[in-house]
Amino acid sequence: MSDLTNTPAKRGFALPKIKGNAVVMGLYLLFLLLPIYWLLNMSLKTNTEILNSFTLWPRDLTFANYVTILTDPSWYTGYLNSMAYVLMNMVISLLVALPAAYAFSRYTFLGDKHLFFWLLTNRMAPPAVFALPFFQLYSSVGLFDTHIAVALAHCLFNVPLAVWILEGFMRGVPKEIDETAYIDGYSFSRFFIRIFTPLVASGIGVTAFFLFMFSWVELLLSRTLTSVNAKPIAATMTRTVGAAGIDWGVLAAAGVLTIIPGALVIYFVRNYIAKGFALGRV
Amino acid sequence: MNKTVNQKAWFLILPVLLLVAFSAVIPLMTVVNYSVQDTFGQNQFFWAGLDWFREMMASERMWDALGRQIAFSGIILAIEIPLGIFVALNMPKKGFWASVCLVLMSLPLLIPWNVVGTIWQIFGRVDIGLLGYTLAALGIDYNYTQDFYAAWATVIVMDVWHWTSLVALLAYAGLQSIPDAYYQAAKIDQASRWKVFRFIELPKIMGVLMIAILLRFMDSFMIYTEPFVVTGGGPGNSTTFLSIDLVKMALGQFDLGPAAAFSIMYYLVILLVSYVFYTVMTNLDKRDGH
Repeated sequence: MSDLTNTPAKRGFALPKIKGNAVVMGLYLLFLLLPIYWLLNMSLKTNTEILNSFTLWPRDLTFANYVTILTDPSWYTGYLNSMAYVLMNMVISLLVALPAAYAFSRYTFLGDKHLFFWLLTNRMAPPAVFALPFFQLYSSVGLFDTHIAVALAHCLFNVPLAVWILEGFMRGVPKEIDETAYIDGYSFSRFFIRIFTPLVASGIGVTAFFLFMFSWVELLLSRTLTSVNAKPIAATMTRTVGAAGIDWGVLAAAGVLTIIPGALVIYFVRNYIAKGFALGRV
Repeated sequence: MNKTVNQKAWFLILPVLLLVAFSAVIPLMTVVNYSVQDTFGQNQFFWAGLDWFREMMASERMWDALGRQIAFSGIILAIEIPLGIFVALNMPKKGFWASVCLVLMSLPLLIPWNVVGTIWQIFGRVDIGLLGYTLAALGIDYNYTQDFYAAWATVIVMDVWHWTSLVALLAYAGLQSIPDAYYQAAKIDQASRWKVFRFIELPKIMGVLMIAILLRFMDSFMIYTEPFVVTGGGPGNSTTFLSIDLVKMALGQFDLGPAAAFSIMYYLVILLVSYVFYTVMTNLDKRDGH
């Protein structure tokens, strides 16, 4: 291969370039991580230290802020509420999106392109437009301040997202597999559950991750549709900000805890982040 | 892939159709309903025709919010797209460090939007935040709750911090798919680094770049949570973007008619951009031979 003849020359002039790259990346990552570090730093300090002295790292390391959140029901129920509607939303979205994505990836039918476009417009629709009507809709059917209301409201953008991402993965599976299975006498449901779903398992995992994330980060709808019983952690945090005295340490700790679920799985989905955000294209 | 015609596929779509119709069409019809009616309270409505639309079209408040929104979206695109490409060009191609970069760069994308606000709210404070404290120590007058320019700078830097990685990751994915032969040909022709970028890399990543631009435009066009947490739309109205203004109008003042007319015009803009997005996506698919 031409690589053999190339390598010495390449190395000769590439070495300083790599250093330049490393500097750029180092600066960029520093820019990304400094604010996050600062949040972490705050969460490990006492409020006296935060307000009375300016320190680059916690001198008086404390986990009291985390203890407050994990023991005070008004804080930890926020996490439980968020988890509850996020998981419900994930299950609902995946269940309805799987067959639909299969249909879009395999068949043409009347209005398929329009429907696919219409789904996209819902992914793009501003939640602010839907906040008031959702509030009235779910109040009138008696679902206001329940987890399922938020889960259903988030379906507005999560179901289209799931359909688009899953379709992107499913079109990569050769159609011959379907045909062989049907010839072998599989019924559609048996084929879909036994053969097809395992084939797109990584796609389902990535989709689940993005469903989780977009529901987890959303504030406007979840805050509008809840008051006490299903109040999400995001709303708990913004309401604390509104109060007269702000407990910065606890607020920072709450922020750190909301980052953890995403950070835990980030390594496994690192190669699919771009694909997920680009709705399964790329 | 050549698809077969099968009208029965509709049955597979049906659950999605019902669910999305419930969560999108019913609310939208409510909005349409409000936009053409006026109320005296107690659920008594009467026909107002297009009055609300006329009022909104003449409303200085809406045009101001739209102006700020366009300025915001324009500025963040002008920063994030070139910066994202630049970062992508400098990322390691493979190996351990590529993974490290991918993981760390994805981190801001996965932080809840209100926490992004909280992070910058703390980071920018003169008394307790690293950024605010440093700027104050350098003698720069910086207060994002009082000063127009400081508020805008904070909101913009926050968005750059939050989303540049997305542009970079998309551009990176595009760069990864360029075959090595292109670079070898460029080397034989002794093309400069700039020429390689201009004539090989840029055309090859144009598709994903369009996706990045449109995604960033859409998401910045409906930004709500982050500026709401950091500046609350202030000082005055200086960072009140479209969504913040709409929520104030609809849920704060309960001005149903104007808010509904506002919503519909807002939605039409989104619809238009979605159509552009869809066209770009399908063209990309065709080019890739799907």
